[in-house]
Amino acid sequence: MGAGHGHRLHFHGHSPVHRAPAHLKVLALLGFMLVVVATPRQAYAVFALEAAVLLGVVALSRVPLRYLLPRMVVELPFVVFAVLMPFIAHGPRTEVLGVSVSEPGLVAGVALLVKGTIGVLASLTLAATTEPQDLLRGLQRLRAPDLVVQIMGFMVRYLDVVTAELGRMMTALRSRGCDPRSPRHWPVLARSLGALFIRSYERGERVHLAMLARGYDGRLPQADGS
Amino acid sequence: MHVPDGFLDAPTSLATGAVAVAAVALSLRGARRELDDRTAPRAGLVATFVFAAQMMNFPVGAGTSGHLMGGALAAVLVGPWTAVLCLSVVLVVQALLMADGGITALGTNITLIGIVTVVVGWAVFVLLRRVLPKRVSMVAPAAAVGGFVSVPVAALVFTALFSVGGNVSVDLGAVLTAMLGWHVVIGVGEAVVTGLVVGSVVATRPDLVHGARPLLEERDLELRPGLVR
Repeated sequence: MGAGHGHRLHFHGHSPVHRAPAHLKVLALLGFMLVVVATPRQAYAVFALEAAVLLGVVALSRVPLRYLLPRMVVELPFVVFAVLMPFIAHGPRTEVLGVSVSEPGLVAGVALLVKGTIGVLASLTLAATTEPQDLLRGLQRLRAPDLVVQIMGFMVRYLDVVTAELGRMMTALRSRGCDPRSPRHWPVLARSLGALFIRSYERGERVHLAMLARGYDGRLPQADGS
Repeated sequence: MHVPDGFLDAPTSLATGAVAVAAVALSLRGARRELDDRTAPRAGLVATFVFAAQMMNFPVGAGTSGHLMGGALAAVLVGPWTAVLCLSVVLVVQALLMADGGITALGTNITLIGIVTVVVGWAVFVLLRRVLPKRVSMVAPAAAVGGFVSVPVAALVFTALFSVGGNVSVDLGAVLTAMLGWHVVIGVGEAVVTGLVVGSVVATRPDLVHGARPLLEERDLELRPGLVR
């Protein structure tokens, strides 16, 4: 099969961070982020320390920041919220660049921005240094329910297949003059999505039959490292 | 509408995490009833479909766009238990492999998008199915209303969580009005897409639509003499 090698965010490498077991990386990310979230919002020295630790890990992973920074746009929608915070919060007012804003709102907005940015960069580092298959095995070692890991495995495996199918449907629609962004064409889009659902579901049925033919009994065989 | 790290404080995040774990554990038992031993491959492909459907944006106005949450849609198509599982898996994959939604906010995101929208969408759908005429053509409108209601309710729950663990005192009334107003608009988009998608699946493969099954069973096989030669 041609699909399934790496994923969009993965950055190939052999650094210690790449080689570290996935379950430890997930636990480390969770622990680190819980500490960051629990940090008092005006402890800027602690934030600096946390950011330094994170940047140290990024440097150790040898994933260039040039690769990570453009992918941080995921956080844009809530940056808007963080910027709005000083204007909608209560409390004593203060002047910033001649504009009157709420002081606790400003503090909260800055803290939100710092915590969110550290979170996105830390998650990106995990995604960039971990292959999906390793992540699945890591979740298995963390005692995630078997069925959940299996569902995730199928999702990871068929992600590119289904999104590529959607992409081809979109190309076909566009070449026939459909504009996917216009509400006038929603009925067409919805029928395509309906077709995509039927195709995905039937693909699931075929995969299941193919697995039964190969001796599937509700559990996946333990994959070795290869 | 993925909540990032640091939006809610640690205790609230842990509490919603516990809610999410309990709900996923319950759904694991329920999903076996809906799909039996075929659960893993089919739910996996449905999760992939939900992910792909969430990539489709629709314009909301003011230059921004919302995307489908898909809770009500998945609930009507594959049943509520499987839907909770699928959406939770989508959110875990998005958090761990795509850095979309913080890892400490994973419980919050599963609670809001994976549980609240599915439960509300399914409850509204079942209620309407009971009230409306027992016809298969009524499935799509009922699903649309479920999708419409589910989005503002999720926004409502988010505002409630924000008031408990939001780290900052803001005018809750203003936040609530803004969130509800905004999400009613997104809800309209969700309703239109949900209704149209369910309608198109009901038209071609009604047997695949979980929410239509009780209606299909009530349907009698009808032999029309004029058609049978």
